[in-house]
Amino acid sequence: MRYDAIVIGAGHNGLVCAAYLGRAGRRVLVLEAAEAPGGLAADREFIPGFHASIAHSLSHFSAKVATDLKLGTHGFGELKQRLPTVGLRLGGEHLVLEGDALAGVGADDATAYGDHQKRMRRFAAALDPFWFKTMPRIGSAKPADVRTFAHLGLNLRRMGKDDMREFLRVAPLPIRDLMDEHFADGALKAVLSWDALIGAKLAPRSPNGAVLAMLYRMAEASRGMHSIPLGSVPSLIESLRRSAAAFGAEIRCAAEVSRILVEGGANDLAAKGVQLADGERLDADCVVSATDPKRTFLDLVGVRFLDIGFTNRIRRLRCDGYVAKLHLALDGLPEFDGLERPRGRLIAAPDMDAIEFAFDDAKHGGLPARPVLEMVVPSLEDASLAPPGRQVLSAHVLYVPYRLQGGWTDAARERMRERAIDAIAQYAPRIRDQIIHSEFLTPADLEREHRVTGGHWHHVEFALDQLLMMRPTYEAAQYSTPIPGLHLCGAGCHPGGDLTGAPGHNAAQEILQ
Amino acid sequence: MNAIDPYAGERLKTSPFHPRQRALNVRDAWTSWNGYQFALHYYDAEYEYFCIRNACATYDISPMQKYEIRGRDAEAMLNRMVTRDVAKIKPNRVAYCVWCTDAGRVIDDGTIFKLAGDRFMLTCGSPCAAWLEKSAFGFAEVQVTDLSDALAALSLQGPTSGAVLKKLGLNGVENAKPFDIQHFSFHCHELRVSRTGFTGDLGYELWIQPDLALELWDELYAAGEHHGIHPYGEAATNMARLEAGFIMPGMEFNEALKTVRFEHDQTPFELNLGWLVDFSKPHFSGRRALLAEQERGPRYTLTKLDIEGNRPAEDARIYANKRCTKEVGYVTSAMWSPAVKANIALAMIETEHAQGELWAEIHYEKELRQYSRVVRCQRKDQPFWAPARAKATPPPDC
Repeated sequence: MRYDAIVIGAGHNGLVCAAYLGRAGRRVLVLEAAEAPGGLAADREFIPGFHASIAHSLSHFSAKVATDLKLGTHGFGELKQRLPTVGLRLGGEHLVLEGDALAGVGADDATAYGDHQKRMRRFAAALDPFWFKTMPRIGSAKPADVRTFAHLGLNLRRMGKDDMREFLRVAPLPIRDLMDEHFADGALKAVLSWDALIGAKLAPRSPNGAVLAMLYRMAEASRGMHSIPLGSVPSLIESLRRSAAAFGAEIRCAAEVSRILVEGGANDLAAKGVQLADGERLDADCVVSATDPKRTFLDLVGVRFLDIGFTNRIRRLRCDGYVAKLHLALDGLPEFDGLERPRGRLIAAPDMDAIEFAFDDAKHGGLPARPVLEMVVPSLEDASLAPPGRQVLSAHVLYVPYRLQGGWTDAARERMRERAIDAIAQYAPRIRDQIIHSEFLTPADLEREHRVTGGHWHHVEFALDQLLMMRPTYEAAQYSTPIPGLHLCGAGCHPGGDLTGAPGHNAAQEILQ
Repeated sequence: MNAIDPYAGERLKTSPFHPRQRALNVRDAWTSWNGYQFALHYYDAEYEYFCIRNACATYDISPMQKYEIRGRDAEAMLNRMVTRDVAKIKPNRVAYCVWCTDAGRVIDDGTIFKLAGDRFMLTCGSPCAAWLEKSAFGFAEVQVTDLSDALAALSLQGPTSGAVLKKLGLNGVENAKPFDIQHFSFHCHELRVSRTGFTGDLGYELWIQPDLALELWDELYAAGEHHGIHPYGEAATNMARLEAGFIMPGMEFNEALKTVRFEHDQTPFELNLGWLVDFSKPHFSGRRALLAEQERGPRYTLTKLDIEGNRPAEDARIYANKRCTKEVGYVTSAMWSPAVKANIALAMIETEHAQGELWAEIHYEKELRQYSRVVRCQRKDQPFWAPARAKATPPPDC
């Protein structure tokens, strides 16, 4: 049995890529090491009856992918129900962002927010086409590559002189500078910076790709608003699985790939298939890896088949995760001061200093004394996630270093779990009494459980040096690699991480060319 | 008064052979190599050159960079790094190699000594530790140790070199074929002898622990007393190697990792070292780029030239016509060769013109006045200097 393509990893990008390949008539096999597909978006029953997933909301999942792959008919719910974003304040006078409406801040900030948001949306709109394009190869004179460059230039130019100048000025700016220019309210600044920072090794004062990350997350019609689909995030995975299967892709779980087979004559080495951990060999005309680039090249291919300079670039990719995950099984609705129902994304970061200080601890390999968090109560959107009367609280905890000084121990994990719960208790004083069970996953845990290097959400840090035609690095940035027949389709490719489906979509277009 | 040296740590190091070399360097003509004080010449460069060609002479190669690479994966690691097939090197043999960037540009050349199945020594002109570290990444069982300061090395070159070593008591040295490695006991410690060198003549390289360096020197000079032994420096080396057609970094090639301008470095094919590139072996760094280059042909080809007249063509430009309207290359090294009695040069010539007519525009000075002349060049396919004794086993007089 020979496949046209073997996709390694049934995370959402692997499934998207497989579905597109299947739709084009290719015979596709998806291999997933875990018991079920989904990767960081998989359903996780962290104690019987209580469900969560590492990724707990969607913001810019591609509408094109959803339409092309008929995800609606496979159970993917509408995303019209946007979640409000709540900036928690001690004392309960929270600020609430819901679409264009902003409540709980002064009039000046409310006005500034409208202007800021409009400008950011114009920028985001100008960038929209590029998330779905293969980035040009540097030095290439191929018409398609030249067109992409020209298109980008034209889109920037079409923004008008003022916007273009402003875009070029703010693109690499530390998010703090942008916030301080426009707003006064500390909590507002923290909330509006949140999506520029979460998932990256960046704090408000860090220059680099924070503004671009924010604009990336403002792609698609939601323009940065998050939502939890019907059936929660894992429903996206289930619909992708069904879609891929309907298009003829075969999906095998509990099938861990231990090696990508690079074979052939001395001068035409190419990826010819994979070997599973149990020794089984599977042949294919091409291998498409949805796992992260480090794992793909260093572990599965092996350096013997790679040039030294390329290997060195892969080795130096920055992939250390800084987000931990806390799941709480609660005996009832969490009682947040000043919130009748804790619906939405609750951001527990009083101001940008709080974010910066948590980062300062972590960047030196320490645990943050006072972590900052993003929480959702997904069981409010989908009651099936918890037994009747019970609730699930899901929290991203920043910044928790993948490389903890002295290494991760049970004691260190315990200490961090307590600090995270303490941070919640500042806003929901009774929370400790409500906890039936808790699960705390460090980036090191995420790496081990989900086989993602560094436990990094985006496989490869979303940073200027690892973006666009540099993502993950040149010679592997167009979904192809130096090894013929080996392709990448994961979050380590352009445009990047989060649940978008764009890398899987773009990779499939390249493979099908 | 104990004045503190404000330049401590910046002064040149001295080689284990330095005390003897200092005494013999009557001209105090020093240069430096890899941070070591190093003789440019001792008495007279041309005299030393004639010692190499007519008797024997020693050249201190201690400042050369030496790395031990050992472990189960050592061979695989080196085989991915260099373009030659390391698996084909037999134990106690030496192989000349180059290693390249991903783009197939030469980083450096050097020699690999296969000491055992899992033990190699790599020698090269410039420090290479960083590239070795990158090359070793991903191989579980390989250790790279920098032996540069831990191993003294002396090159003994010339027609009487074999006889001198025999007289030193190295019985069986006459059986060493070119590129063989032999091991002898010297003051109860290992003396490694390889039949290698950089002169194109009969010659050996002696490898010894630094604390025995002076004993080795003294006994070697005692053995060589009636065989014309003499030290030589960088200037004479450069003459001898050019006659042999050997390339020199900074002359024939620019080390790729130190090259700023696009393709101002060279590929093995451009350096006429295509024979070092083995496409039948497992993957190596630069393979895809070199395969592509082999298919389209190198842009330049390093060419040996025999040039009319006796003016060394140093820094000369090469043209395809006498009127010098079509420039096709440049001279990398040039000299009047006393051994060959010819005006020789190495030149980088655009490959498409390498087979055609070649003219050198030579500039020279006579008592502060500048002159130039255009002379015809003849292409040579064989080394200018390749005496039979360089390959004979046993060598003459042994």
